[in-house]
Amino acid sequence: MISANILAIFYLISGVLFILALRGLSSPETSRQGNLFGIIGMTLAIGVTIISVGNFSTGFLYLIILLLIGGSIGAFIAFKIPMTAMPELVAGFHSLVGLAAVFVAISAFLNPEVFNLGKPGTIKISSLIEMSLGAAIGAVTFTGSIIAFLKLRGIMSGSPITFFGQHYLNLALGIILIGLIYYLCKTQTETWFWTIIVISFLLGVLLIIPIGGADMPVVISMLNSYSGWAAAGIGFTLENTALIITGALVGSSGAILSYIMCKGMNRSFFNVILGGWGATNQISSSKSKEQKPVKSGNADDAAFLMKNASSVIIVPGYGMAVAQAQHALREMVDALKKNGVKVTYAIHPVAGRMPGHMNVLLAEANVPYDEVFELEEINNDFANCDVAYVIGANDVTNPVAKSDPQSPIYGMPILDVEKSKSVLFVKRSLSPGYAGIDNDLFYRDNTLMLFSDAKKMTEDIIKNL
Amino acid sequence: MEIDPFIFRLSIFILSIFIGYYVVWSVTPSLHTPLMSVTNAISSVIIVGAIIAALAGETGIIFGTANIFGFLAIILAAVNIFGGFLVTQRMLAMYKKKKKDKK
Repeated sequence: MISANILAIFYLISGVLFILALRGLSSPETSRQGNLFGIIGMTLAIGVTIISVGNFSTGFLYLIILLLIGGSIGAFIAFKIPMTAMPELVAGFHSLVGLAAVFVAISAFLNPEVFNLGKPGTIKISSLIEMSLGAAIGAVTFTGSIIAFLKLRGIMSGSPITFFGQHYLNLALGIILIGLIYYLCKTQTETWFWTIIVISFLLGVLLIIPIGGADMPVVISMLNSYSGWAAAGIGFTLENTALIITGALVGSSGAILSYIMCKGMNRSFFNVILGGWGATNQISSSKSKEQKPVKSGNADDAAFLMKNASSVIIVPGYGMAVAQAQHALREMVDALKKNGVKVTYAIHPVAGRMPGHMNVLLAEANVPYDEVFELEEINNDFANCDVAYVIGANDVTNPVAKSDPQSPIYGMPILDVEKSKSVLFVKRSLSPGYAGIDNDLFYRDNTLMLFSDAKKMTEDIIKNL
Repeated sequence: MEIDPFIFRLSIFILSIFIGYYVVWSVTPSLHTPLMSVTNAISSVIIVGAIIAALAGETGIIFGTANIFGFLAIILAAVNIFGGFLVTQRMLAMYKKKKKDKK
């Protein structure tokens, strides 16, 4: 047994180690060390908790067995998961944190004595508020992440599901939740506690179903943030510093990522949360269906253009992930470099289905990270570049965002692909992107459309180089 | 007058939000995916609550309702801890700098 004070010091140390873990991510060189700090912090927190409970009977045996089972499942998934499936994986993991928070809150409610919260029926009011908030946020995180997981995995359609009065229903459920927490504190009745959890589960589903596929970066970041707040809520209940620090870190991290993603689309957070683009804008796109001339080419043309260029910028997007074209792309770039072409990569903040999605895929294909640039870093270079190779991106290159105030994406920061001497646009058809709007770029004189699957086209170009 | 310990915890919480704010803004955008997976792993420190819930309490009772929820939470958190840290490790190992021309 260790004293409560020593225990608190150890939890503080883990908290600090977690801060260092995040700090390490400021550059790829320090990041691996950061991850190690995180692992040490976690081991420390678990170790001192086990020692402080001081129960080494049968229960301890079960604990070890369960840790091993859970750990092997986690390790198995971590090694098997393809990098393209990272968004689903993160969504799935968020749901587990959410559910764990719910379970811990239930346990604390049923058996408050082990956490020094009083006896069942006379739990301290502040603890009740904290644990019901923790449980409610945890439950929203759980079901919300499940829906996000299903949408990302393609099991559920990525298009927004909306119905009349949806937002009022959510608002009403939110108000009911506050009322229920109030009554729970007043009466300490178990029924209210369970009702809070059930309503929060429902709310999690309702909050995420109206959000469309390409808004997933925001959703994942938001759920990341929620899982942090849920942990913090439980941390207050358990009077645990490590949990409070971690919860606050994760909560603010997710919030910042959501903000960055929203800014990348020039939309307000509420605009994203309140539902999809796709549904309303398809009408406006269909009326401008007059035939415009499009230049299309084949792999041979593309290879010729790129081989004779002095600089090429690659613009990857979600389509590259779907086609798993990152390795072929790297090979193409290697071939180009052999011909003396300078190649860099330009990544839009919302390319892909989660923050940093494209960077991970390129890293997987052994693209050095110092050849990969963010929007602000590289946008001026398009004017001096010979060829822009757009592979799997669409809306983030649409010049309409700068020119047409009527367009739903007006004001969204875009990659200035159209300024380069020629644009090679790999796409399966002329269909509009997620935002449901036509890409002006397709009809520009300097654009050559390459109608094919991203991976196949890239491989064909390699053959022609 | 004594200050309620809750106020101390609230102070830690608020200050940690600020630390998180500044630390996360300094994370390079290319590492945003590992950032998400590592925050996911560390938020599973909720396992400490699960361990207390599962093991503490009257000796002899392992399968009371409260304990069972504790044990369930342990499995979930364990999946996350191992999965989260390992997948982060795997991703970070892939980030390489440009090799110097011709080794």
